[in-house]
Amino acid sequence: MNSTKYILGIFDDPDDMMKGIDNLKEKGISIYDVFTPMPIHGIENKLGIKESRLPIAAFIFGCTGCTVAFCMLYYMLVHDWPMNIGGKPHFAVPDFVPICFEWTVLFSSFGMVFTYFYSNHLFPGRTPRVMDLRATDDRFVIAINAKTNYDHNQIDSVLKSAGAVEIKHNDRKYISYE
Amino acid sequence: MKAINYDQQFEFSGKAKTYSLIAIAIGLLAILFGLLTGQTERIFANLLLMSYYFACVCMAGVLFCAIQYVSQAGWSSSILRVPQAFAKVLPYASLFLIAIITIGLFTNHSVIEEGKKIFEPNLYAQWATKGVTIKGSGTYNAEVAAKAGYLNIPFFLARLVIFLILYSIIGLMLVKYSRKEDELGGMSNYNKSFGISAVFLAIFGFTYPVFAFDAIMSLEAHYYFSTLFGWYNFAAMWVSGLALIALVVIILRQNGYMDWVTENHLHDMGKLVFAFSIFWTYLWFAQLLLTYYANIPEETVYYYERWEPEFKPWFWLNIVLNFCSPVLLLMSRDAKRAPTVLKYVCIVVLCGHWLDYYLMVMPGTVGAEGRGFGVEEVGIALGFVGLFTFLMLNALSKVSLIPKKHPFLEESLNHHI
Repeated sequence: MNSTKYILGIFDDPDDMMKGIDNLKEKGISIYDVFTPMPIHGIENKLGIKESRLPIAAFIFGCTGCTVAFCMLYYMLVHDWPMNIGGKPHFAVPDFVPICFEWTVLFSSFGMVFTYFYSNHLFPGRTPRVMDLRATDDRFVIAINAKTNYDHNQIDSVLKSAGAVEIKHNDRKYISYE
Repeated sequence: MKAINYDQQFEFSGKAKTYSLIAIAIGLLAILFGLLTGQTERIFANLLLMSYYFACVCMAGVLFCAIQYVSQAGWSSSILRVPQAFAKVLPYASLFLIAIITIGLFTNHSVIEEGKKIFEPNLYAQWATKGVTIKGSGTYNAEVAAKAGYLNIPFFLARLVIFLILYSIIGLMLVKYSRKEDELGGMSNYNKSFGISAVFLAIFGFTYPVFAFDAIMSLEAHYYFSTLFGWYNFAAMWVSGLALIALVVIILRQNGYMDWVTENHLHDMGKLVFAFSIFWTYLWFAQLLLTYYANIPEETVYYYERWEPEFKPWFWLNIVLNFCSPVLLLMSRDAKRAPTVLKYVCIVVLCGHWLDYYLMVMPGTVGAEGRGFGVEEVGIALGFVGLFTFLMLNALSKVSLIPKKHPFLEESLNHHI
């Protein structure tokens, strides 16, 4: 029984890697994920990655922030402790706008950051898990699940012909920085 | 990637030509109708509004080119011919604005004030009326007399002419360098454009607010002054210019031109329209909030007039058209990338900024009792739309639609976000 879990094709050139993705798809080999040290244009479409839902979260957080700020101001300035400020009415809506705006920005930005951390399982003290260390430095890595793609020799040859500088057969999914 | 026709040229004929000429004719008829029915003041107010709008949109074309050069932006280089066509129209627009303001200053209409018949100029009556700065005359006004060192006809016209000539010349220089680049290639023309653009931005940033103070804010010279007014106008000018550039690009693309423009370019234009609509609202609101909070009569008079029942619904509609609609309709990524959505939002924003200028011009000219929205307003607006379309498309048809030797052209053709 082959103990290989993941096959990594490691490239030193993003164009070679893009060619590798095309060749793999042509052969009907499914790609688990791709790791690159920098963003690459058009790779999301090529891999068929679904669009992020983070903007929806941001919108909801923004609405929440606006509502919270408005309620807080209303409670403080109109209900709990009305004050005469420059002869203005207590419920002076134009004065509320900057604070509601700021809280909208505050909630949506913090909300987005925390949603991002949550959905990526990132928090302080967590050991980062990566499939190949140099994918964070200068290598472009295509990861293929070896358990669902059986013909390992074919995968190797496709990767090699696309220009992979190294091919790894890993028994563990992640290596860590430990 | 499909091959790009580097010599593609816009052909100005057929429907576009006919309709723009018809629109110009409608405009002329509306002016004639207004003059014959004795509404000189209203006609001049509308002419000022539209010629100011017209000049501002063309300036926005120059500003767009200048910003792209100074920031060394690559994404926009393949659509640069459109703002350049705007820049080419700027001299005509300037001429129109100067002509209308001059005629408005030197022609009179009579009004009855406190039982006496006095003659007021058709534009800028608040400070250009005869005797307004002379103590003892029937029309004397102390506030205006105190401002007369700045607001007098020779200095006013000199400022206007100098600013418009400067903007026009720099716009034409940018166009000329781009034409030369097509023939010669290389970097020398790009570097020249870079230099002149930096000069333009410095000049424009300092003079545009003064231009807005003169052309629009001085309509209410009796009492009103707001230092933010210039930047508020700047935001209106810039967002309406961006919306028009996007609209022209989309319409050209829908008619089979500029096939290299992808949804990525539209996405960037959409982002600019979206962001600067918010910027416009920011300045609009900053002016309102500070006026409300400080409660100084010189400032509140502006909003007092606009809260008369004749103007109040329009005042709120302004915010709906220029803030709510772009923000809600263009918020999602897909909306910015969809040509039809972006096109309709651009049209809404352009109409919205007509309304914005309407609210700046009308209370200080015709006032609440003379306010109207009818044949004159729609006709004159249509006339200027036709004039702009005619001149702009005519300028666009003279050169290839792609600056084929622009150094960043490849980046624009492969633009992806």
